[in-house]
Amino acid sequence: MSFSIKKQGEVVVVDVEGQLIVGNRQELKQKVLDELEKGEKKFLIDFSQTGYIDSSGLGVLVSLSKKIREQGGELRLANLNDDLQTLFELTKLDTLFQISDTRERALESF
Amino acid sequence: MAESRVAFDLRIPSDVEYIEGVVELARQRCRELKISPAKCSLNIPVALSEAISNAILRGNEATGGKHVRVRAIISDTDLVFEVVDDGPGFDVDECTRDCTTEENLTKEEGRGLFLMRQLMDRVESFRDKGNVVRLTLYRE
Repeated sequence: MSFSIKKQGEVVVVDVEGQLIVGNRQELKQKVLDELEKGEKKFLIDFSQTGYIDSSGLGVLVSLSKKIREQGGELRLANLNDDLQTLFELTKLDTLFQISDTRERALESF
Repeated sequence: MAESRVAFDLRIPSDVEYIEGVVELARQRCRELKISPAKCSLNIPVALSEAISNAILRGNEATGGKHVRVRAIISDTDLVFEVVDDGPGFDVDECTRDCTTEENLTKEEGRGLFLMRQLMDRVESFRDKGNVVRLTLYRE
């Protein structure tokens, strides 16, 4: 499991490879907060290579969303597979985040 | 009465780094048993991960030197996972909160038990040589 970060235009794109769970959520949080501290405002997390997410992983996404908004930025999500979509629907987090079905659509939406 | 057998019985250190390995083992066993793909890729990994992480962080209070026992029991009708920690136990009904309400939706924590109950057919907690959380998923 790992997170890779790259810049596409003005957007910081984070790829979550493997699981986003209690054992690695802090790593994701810190990486995004570091970028936020550098002044980045637009963030996209891409889940195309993600297995499953647990409640602490979902919690980190909620927390990051709040922190980014407080700094005047935006967090968007892309490429949830059917299982992840179900997870977001069960927890109603699909109503809290702007979710796109492809990375391209998400990038265009900023 | 349906015959059941133990698919695995593990004792892991109380450390979240061990969760992924146990979950992967559970998924592998379930795939071998031809459990439906959605249950193998969503219900079982997420619910089991929640139960083990709860045992490590809350039951054992993230204390080094403690252990968590994870058992999988399979019958023709059910898959049962038991997660045992050294904590005092808890009431599943009392501790589960609806994380989908307007008030709770934006909170960082509080989705673990809710997800376990959404993804499993039955979630129980009781005392038996430690605090046991039992997750049951019907095979059909």
